[in-house]
Amino acid sequence: MKYDLVVVGGGPAGLAAAIEARKNGVERIVLIERDRELGGILQQCIHNGFGLHVFGEQLTGPEYAERFINELNNLKIEYLTNTMVLEINDKKEVYILNQELGFRRIEAKAIILSMGCRERTRGAIGIPGFRPAGIFTAGTAQRFINIEGYMVGKKVVILGSGDIGLIMARRLTLEGAKVLAVVELMPYSTGLTRNIVQCLHDYNIPLFFEHTVIDIKGKNRVEGVTIAKVDNNRVPIRGTEVFYECDTLLLSVGLIPENELSRNAGIEIDARTSGPFVNESMETSIEGIFACGNVVHVHDLVDFVTQEAQRAGRGAARYIKGEAIDNGVVIRTVNGNGIRYIVPQKLRLENLNDEINLFMRVDNIYNNCRLDVKLDGKIIKSFKKRKVTPGEMETVKLKKSDLSTYNDCSLSIEVVKE
Amino acid sequence: MKRHEFVCIMCPMGCNLEVLEDEDVILVKGNQCKRGYEYGVKEISNPTRVLTSTVILKNSYLRRLPVKSDGEIPKGMIKDCVKFLSKIEVSAPVKMGDVIHKNILGTGVDIVSTRTVE
Ligand SMILES: Cc1cc2nc3c(=O)[nH]c(=O)nc-3n(C[C@H](O)[C@H](O)[C@H](O)COP(=O)(O)OP(=O)(O)OC[C@H]3O[C@@H](n4cnc5c(N)ncnc54)[C@H](O)[C@@H]3O)c2cc1C
Repeated sequence: MKYDLVVVGGGPAGLAAAIEARKNGVERIVLIERDRELGGILQQCIHNGFGLHVFGEQLTGPEYAERFINELNNLKIEYLTNTMVLEINDKKEVYILNQELGFRRIEAKAIILSMGCRERTRGAIGIPGFRPAGIFTAGTAQRFINIEGYMVGKKVVILGSGDIGLIMARRLTLEGAKVLAVVELMPYSTGLTRNIVQCLHDYNIPLFFEHTVIDIKGKNRVEGVTIAKVDNNRVPIRGTEVFYECDTLLLSVGLIPENELSRNAGIEIDARTSGPFVNESMETSIEGIFACGNVVHVHDLVDFVTQEAQRAGRGAARYIKGEAIDNGVVIRTVNGNGIRYIVPQKLRLENLNDEINLFMRVDNIYNNCRLDVKLDGKIIKSFKKRKVTPGEMETVKLKKSDLSTYNDCSLSIEVVKE
Repeated sequence: MKRHEFVCIMCPMGCNLEVLEDEDVILVKGNQCKRGYEYGVKEISNPTRVLTSTVILKNSYLRRLPVKSDGEIPKGMIKDCVKFLSKIEVSAPVKMGDVIHKNILGTGVDIVSTRTVE
């Protein structure tokens, strides 16, 4: 099988990338999804709040997905569901497997990776205790309840205050369960403030900062969990233990970009994001292989996933048509004080159309601050911010003209307190 | 004058609102847009929310159909509405936007499907 472009993963990132590539003139595209349907994680996110930036209205996850799926169909873009991509390599060969075609090799001119991310599990955070039934990641519980129609428990404790945990606190409550507490290790939430309000405050669910689960009781089924306060080094403080009787523990303790395929292909991974290093066109360290969405870095808003995916789609189209410019000024992005990472990591100036959005996360909560953008040490732009927090991705929009330079150089962004 | 503090939930900005209430005036501060103003006023008079949930789906490989309220429902009625919906059954095919239940619990708001299932 031969295609111009293979898109791996049919979530919002893959959908938007395929659509944008077609709009930019790419003919033979195939999108491959291992699940039985397109839409990715959005199909289980039945709550609203998606699409405010892209559509100017509040859509639910399935509605947001359906708009893109319809467009994919209108543009007659081929796709395969129930199909797993097993391997890709630097020669841009894609190995797939499904029940009808069996094992197949696809030759592609370009590949876009959009495999999304995975939830961290109990193993990743090491909670002591037995391994009884009743411990789920929040996303798994979400899929059980919203798609498969199974309830996961009656009395629930949630560890982690990321958006998925918060959304599930409300969902479980509405479905008749009692959510006893949401427990967060850090002194701040990694979820959006609006979710704390509408998911916890609305239902009087307590949120404990600087607390963690130190023990799980129960051999066959969870019978309860012990929670303790932690000190500045995140070590449990003796004497602060409280036991909660419950039958279910949900974990919402972070997401990790899913990059097995990328790693095996030899794509360089940035340790800060756990996703590939990418340039302004979302191209990875292997020419012609692009990446977008949660596989690159974990986004909190799907709108930004879509924007980033459109950039990947345009980049792949330009690459396929031989229009990408690879020799010219290169600007590398480096994190200054207070910044955890910046995506993209590399900008090839000549390939920028008129402007570029840089995505980043800060390392702490800062009130009334500035984000200073420096090109080779000189401030070229400064953005005032009332509040930045690690839970909410920041974006900075720069014009190509802001970046005018004749030499390779570095661009840094730092948080400055006012 | 009564003073309330809210975090606006109309968009991901999450503005901190200060709402001042007198006998016949309501003042909203801290909002960055009109939606925030409206949210502030509503939150002290009649707080409402969009409801999202699922209903039982028959005749499909999916067991649940996601639905939402076609408008906002008084906050205090959300739980009862979800309970009511959990007993409703629909059969595929269904289109996104199809009305699944009219005027839920007399709120004047319809429940619509949020996805198409062939
Ligand atoms: C529980 C939850 C709640 C959220 N709530 C909100 C919200 O309220 N508002 C908002 O704006 N955003 C929200 N988000 C964020 C947003 O949904 C995600 O950022 C977005 O879905 C990421 O898109 P993606 O396409 O990168 O990944 P995904 O949606 O995860 O899609 C990746 C797809 O790739 C497929 N795949 C992976 N590996 C392979 C392979 N080897 N072969 C074939 N297919 C493969 C997967 O099956 C999946 O369908 C939420 C996310 C989650 C998880």
